[in-house]
Amino acid sequence: MQPGALSKALKGGAIWGFIVLQLIFFSIAGEFLALSDKAFMDYENMLLLLKQSAPIGIIAMGMTIVMVNGNIDLSVGATFAIAAIILLGSMDMLTGTLGDVMVIPVAWFLALAVGTLLGALNGLIVWKTGVDAFIVTLGAMLGYRGIVFMFNGENPTSHLNWTLVDYAEAQFLGLHTATWFLAGVTLVLWFVMTRTVHGRNAYAIGNNREAAVNAGIRVGPHMMINFAIIGFLAALSAVVFYSESGSVNPNDGQLYELWVITAVVLGGTRITGGAGSVIGTLGGVIAIQLLRKGLGHIGADTSTVNLVIGLILIAVLFLDRQLNVKGKEELKI
Amino acid sequence: MTDVKPVLRLEGIVKTFPGVRALDGLSFDVLPGEVHALMGENGAGKSTSMKVLGGIYQPDEGAIIMGDEQVVMNGPLEAKAKGIVFIHQELSLAEELSVAENIYLGELPRKSFGRVDWALLYERTDAILKKLKVGFNARTRVGDLSIANQQMVEIARALTVDAKAVIFDEPTASLTDAEKVVLFDVIADLQAEGVGIIYISHRMEEIFKITDRITVLRDGQYVGTVETKNTDEERVTQMMIGRKLDLSRNVSHHELGNVALEVRGLSCGKLYSDVSFEVRRGEVLGFYGLVGAGRTEIAETLFGLREPSAGQILLDGEEVRISSPADAIARGISLVPEDRKGQGLVLGMNCRDNMTLPQVDDLKAGPFMAEGAEVAIFDQYRDKLDIRTPGWKQRVGNLSGGNQQKIVIGKWLSMHPNVLIVDEPTRGIDVGSKSEIHKLLRGLAAQGYAVIVISSEMPEVLHVSDRIVAMYSGRVMRTFTSEEVTEDNLIQAISGLTDDRAA
Repeated sequence: MQPGALSKALKGGAIWGFIVLQLIFFSIAGEFLALSDKAFMDYENMLLLLKQSAPIGIIAMGMTIVMVNGNIDLSVGATFAIAAIILLGSMDMLTGTLGDVMVIPVAWFLALAVGTLLGALNGLIVWKTGVDAFIVTLGAMLGYRGIVFMFNGENPTSHLNWTLVDYAEAQFLGLHTATWFLAGVTLVLWFVMTRTVHGRNAYAIGNNREAAVNAGIRVGPHMMINFAIIGFLAALSAVVFYSESGSVNPNDGQLYELWVITAVVLGGTRITGGAGSVIGTLGGVIAIQLLRKGLGHIGADTSTVNLVIGLILIAVLFLDRQLNVKGKEELKI
Repeated sequence: MTDVKPVLRLEGIVKTFPGVRALDGLSFDVLPGEVHALMGENGAGKSTSMKVLGGIYQPDEGAIIMGDEQVVMNGPLEAKAKGIVFIHQELSLAEELSVAENIYLGELPRKSFGRVDWALLYERTDAILKKLKVGFNARTRVGDLSIANQQMVEIARALTVDAKAVIFDEPTASLTDAEKVVLFDVIADLQAEGVGIIYISHRMEEIFKITDRITVLRDGQYVGTVETKNTDEERVTQMMIGRKLDLSRNVSHHELGNVALEVRGLSCGKLYSDVSFEVRRGEVLGFYGLVGAGRTEIAETLFGLREPSAGQILLDGEEVRISSPADAIARGISLVPEDRKGQGLVLGMNCRDNMTLPQVDDLKAGPFMAEGAEVAIFDQYRDKLDIRTPGWKQRVGNLSGGNQQKIVIGKWLSMHPNVLIVDEPTRGIDVGSKSEIHKLLRGLAAQGYAVIVISSEMPEVLHVSDRIVAMYSGRVMRTFTSEEVTEDNLIQAISGLTDDRAA
């Protein structure tokens, strides 16, 4: 087998193979180590796992397209928190005038619009100033988080809308509402990235920006669209999650960017752009959630979980690098 | 000449960059169905003129005329829309995408909702690929193709639009003979359709095989246009080199010492193969060849930056394996790299710190830097090499090119090397400093260093070398002594023509 073929096969299928391995491992280990009698691969348990994957997963889909494009967005956690506060805050203020039901679409719209705008703002700055996306969104991460604290200080913002809670906890065809959102977002972005001109151009830009410019592709607008999409998805993630929980702390969503990037990279997206897939990211998201849940199942604490995920991430990138070395004659730098 | 109207005409194009007149009154035209060669040495202004045509640079004076009207190109896309297509020498491809997507990059056919019309895309691409007779299809990932096939993808781009003029920049650099035949067929087809073709190449045999006229540039100046059938290689060569350059050969020889470095049958993948040569102490060995002939790669191998796939390196008669730059330095090999600012210097650091960079580990007073020793080293080489700087605190980035190069050379001399490899020693350095650097290199050889000079400038190689190795696409064509070398036989050797004419 050629080195390229092996690495491609690994990239395409590895994450799903990894998931299967985890399922087998935790099922067997669970028999001996688990604290509860319930089997790990219990149907309810798996459904819950998908639902719990949704908040990170929805954002990870957006991160995939931003990273394929050759950028990165560190501000998603803060955008997530802002959208959550807009959602709950606006419901708190408007329920009196609009009533319990009509306030829902208005609050949703406001939260999603703000998220989209914040994302687009990142994109606009990256486009117009030419500053690296890492720096721009690092600044945005701090700045947006600052805005979160300006709303309500250290206090949580709360509002429970029971209509919304019922809706969020509903199960349609067995799957939870959040899972449906994750599935829908995955499907739509898969379509965008594989079937539309915008998606293909995003790959081209991330892969060889100069070639894209030479071919007359307008790099800036494509980047801005992708940043707007990730902003929208960060807000959508908040909308899905807080419709159910009804209370947001100003620190919520912190470190989300790192979990999201971890999932995307595990899913095979190249950190420098140009390669990766939305489906792979879905695998990465599920793999991480499975690892957390599985290690919890066999009695490991959170710190162990983080250690293991960190080690796996580095191992994956090392493996990828080893498989991609082009040959001995390459310049050793 | 017939009264056919040219598809493309350049009139008195002038383009200046700070301090350089890159193009000075360039005029030529391309007739429909004509293959027009553009020739000149490296730096003669070929690529600048093409960038002006492609809208990447705006000319300071002069006009581009297509058909009857004067046009202004504001960017590559506009040039393409007007029917001017570029086939870049450096591949401009997105490796992760399919062949079809690369060929139609920026112009993917659309359906509703911004969807890509894959059926149409593949159909069109396969039609083009069929014309090119290549062994891959529209769905192949470009990264999986060989370099030559990637070049064919690049060429396929010329066939996507209704081109009026197609510019090929060294299209055969990585093609095999069979692929060249296909390329020439494609060019013939384009010709038959009345497309004007500008063909940039260094390879005489190709030029004389397929072109109708040849325009020669030298130092940004238009030298002349000749009909291919009325001229020959000798005359074109003469036009390219000109007479005003100082082509005096090096006559003095120093006393030669032992062989300091010998290379036997060295190969490195596809980059170069079966390279053998030796350098003695007190000798300057010149490496001359076109860009991409493998010269820099040989230097990088000797400096431990690449791993050879075959062959031996002998230092003072003893076989060695050089696994890293640190290893090379320890064995007395130094490399003054091609890209002075990018690879040779830390521009933000001062002169002294740059000079002592490779040996700071040894310049310690207890746990601290031995500043005094560093200054002493700097002073010594400043005097020796006549580096003009206000003082050691001066930031290297503020020095002139010539003085920067001297800092790099001084840096390596302070390591007391046996072999000094200098890659493009005077690139971007003004004329006055050039001869100073040349004198310096001769002087170093006189002091008993073995010096290897890699250069793309013929006057330079002729000027400094005791012997000259001519390279062509990864192979050593011939080694000349300074007595037997002439401009003609050197140019022929690096164009791959030497065999039948070798004296």
